[in-house]
Amino acid sequence: MNAPAAVAKDPEWPDRLYETFKRAGIRQVGYVPDAGHARLIDRCRADPDIRDIVLTTEEEGVALAAGAWLGGQRAALLMQSSGLGNCINMLSLARSCRFPLLMLITMRGEWEEFNPWQEPMGSIVDPVLKLCEAEVFRARKPDEVEGLAERAIQTVFGDERIAALVLSQELIGKKVWTK
Amino acid sequence: MMLERRAAMARLLADRGDDLLVVPGLGSTCWDLAAAGDNDRNFYLWGAMGGAAMIGLGLALAQPDKRVAVITGDGEMLMGMGALATIGIQQPPNLAIVVFDNGVYGETGMQPSHTQGSDSGGVDLLKVAAGCGIGTCLEVRDEAGLADLAARLKGLDGTLFARVLIEAVDPPRVLPERDGVVLKRRFRAALGV
Repeated sequence: MNAPAAVAKDPEWPDRLYETFKRAGIRQVGYVPDAGHARLIDRCRADPDIRDIVLTTEEEGVALAAGAWLGGQRAALLMQSSGLGNCINMLSLARSCRFPLLMLITMRGEWEEFNPWQEPMGSIVDPVLKLCEAEVFRARKPDEVEGLAERAIQTVFGDERIAALVLSQELIGKKVWTK
Repeated sequence: MMLERRAAMARLLADRGDDLLVVPGLGSTCWDLAAAGDNDRNFYLWGAMGGAAMIGLGLALAQPDKRVAVITGDGEMLMGMGALATIGIQQPPNLAIVVFDNGVYGETGMQPSHTQGSDSGGVDLLKVAAGCGIGTCLEVRDEAGLADLAARLKGLDGTLFARVLIEAVDPPRVLPERDGVVLKRRFRAALGV
């Protein structure tokens, strides 16, 4: 078996995502805390022009983003693959009203996963997104992240649609289970 | 004598002004809102159960100079109870969450909800909201309480939660526009965004 690809300890792609948010005028960022999004969450929390909203469940973020758009602001929703399952019925709000909905989804359960409980939801992320009529942009390498984020943002706010930037588990690296 | 829901909605929205934005829950409170008079600044929900309070939060944060009232039912609030925790952390001063609580699911045949008998063991949403750190939590049981709540909505200056005890009745439906895209566009146009 091949050795797993090396993953940078402190990847810079979250900074590129933050810069993309700023260029796009994102003002509200909803999230359930997630290790893969930790750096992006930190950048957003440190920015006085971005309201960071910690959620109890990801579906709250779908409704939050709808409210933000009703009030003229752009929002983004950060989640782990498991969180997508929590959103499904609420996504009908975005579909019925054509609310722009930008989701950034960090993957679990697909690469070097220690926890088998992550696999059932992780394995159906792409088909679930497609069933919900979301446009899916999947980044596997660090240098793909920024360009795909730009395309997702154009789809979301240009066409008033749902789009997900799916961040593959190879990008994020293995979760360390020993202290 | 508990409050009648249609009259209570009309009382809360009397002379509402252009700066009050209203999001009902799906079902009975949506029909109550439509019955009180259509308005471009209403965002009616025909689905998204459990999402009303969070729509209100996103809207209140985006429009800090407007007042936002989410007026929903106990069943809808129970489904999205985590939103009270999220709102308790954010504390937007221009957001009010008003729950018309009759302890039943009116839209589906008056089955009891968790809040039934909240004076004697049922779930007390007022305590939930207070426990989530929402600063002003009011129980409204009569006309005087309703008048007080209406006045507080007019001069809203802090996150507010109110539980309005209403009768368990199911008045005739008054159906608003149900095309979500139309509702979204007219709401945004009214705000000029």
